[in-house]
Amino acid sequence: MNKIKLTIAVTGLSNTDNPGPGIPVVRGIRESDRFDVRIIGLAYENLEPGIYMKGALDKTYLIPYPSVGQEAYMERIMEIHKKDPIDLIIPNLDAELFTFMKSAKLLGGKNITTYLPTLDQLEERQKDKLEEYGKKYNVKVPHGKSITSINDVPKLSDEFEYPLLVKGKFYDAHIAYNQEQVVNNFNKISAKWGVPVIIQEFIRGTEVNVVALGDGSGKTIAAIPMRKQYITDKGKAWSGVTLGDKTLLSITNNLIRDTQWKGGMELEMIRTNENDYYLIEINPRIPAWVYLAVGAGQNIPEALVLLALGEEVKPMTEYEIGKMFIRYSYDLIGNISDFEKLSISGEL
Amino acid sequence: MKLKENIAVSESGFLFDSNSGESFSVNSSGKEILKLLSEDIEIAAIEKSLLEKYDIDSPTFNRYMDDFAHTLRRFNLIEFEEDE
Repeated sequence: MNKIKLTIAVTGLSNTDNPGPGIPVVRGIRESDRFDVRIIGLAYENLEPGIYMKGALDKTYLIPYPSVGQEAYMERIMEIHKKDPIDLIIPNLDAELFTFMKSAKLLGGKNITTYLPTLDQLEERQKDKLEEYGKKYNVKVPHGKSITSINDVPKLSDEFEYPLLVKGKFYDAHIAYNQEQVVNNFNKISAKWGVPVIIQEFIRGTEVNVVALGDGSGKTIAAIPMRKQYITDKGKAWSGVTLGDKTLLSITNNLIRDTQWKGGMELEMIRTNENDYYLIEINPRIPAWVYLAVGAGQNIPEALVLLALGEEVKPMTEYEIGKMFIRYSYDLIGNISDFEKLSISGEL
Repeated sequence: MKLKENIAVSESGFLFDSNSGESFSVNSSGKEILKLLSEDIEIAAIEKSLLEKYDIDSPTFNRYMDDFAHTLRRFNLIEFEEDE
């Protein structure tokens, strides 16, 4: 079979204890025998470890944060594209998805493909709209409320029991056992991610997650459930294991069917001791632990690239249960000249 | 009483619950009982088999078996006919 020659750009190259999905996505793509691929890394900071990992990226460009505005952000992407033509961009961070979706026409006009959910799909699963979402798609969700000021905190006890969760719009979640802790967490989160801050009912149980890929017509192309075995102080999985939980798979398939989800997604759910499943969050992109899915038999990054190229991809239903991942830290040795080059010229 | 379908027991006495992702380990006698349970063998037959093999009387076996069954049930590893 002839390999498909293409250049793919990815973001999310931070391989720290709060890893981005970029490098796991690259690993999946590189392991595919379908592509003759050149990978461009799009980095926000010049010390994102993925930049320096041997064999991961062929080229790296620094880009500004999406907060600079859509125009300036896309100007930089187009500048890179002019110099180093890109066929497909896989954005891997929540905060940049809106910008890429809004720019789909512009990107398409320059022959840059993306494979992302629609703006409506992105919007309706926002954390502050989760309750409506649960009702619409018949999934249990915890009670939630958006607040914009610490003046809203005293009234929370009318609606919520402690402990409760305080969550940022895009990232961060902290458990609060009293009003004072809610205020502290509100201040921390709003300073970093802005408002609203989401208050969510705390559901006791085990957190289970699913990485999945939808083809936009209601078909689940891939889905693998996982339970975190070791969690860092940032709440990130340091180790996890694939599960054979059929209920989780069925919830995922129904959700992808009913929402006609297009692209990668991660469902974060709580399974209670009574075996009820509560959806606590939907991340509208591939999660950082996606390489576990590759290891378990479903190369989701490969499938996403093929779908983006308009190829037919058959749904993958088989995978190995009990497959584990364990993260580790590792010291990469680099040269200051590389750091210098990236800092001064914005590329490496 | 039978071992749930989603529980895998290895030769080393390692149990993996493929639904919850939990894992456990049991000693050699626990492993032997679980192996028999996974073959759908009744408790009475398990008792007979172990009494023949080991120097243990019926009341002692039943006391330990009750404890073991209680632990297995607490961790959601077995089901009883009345649960179904």
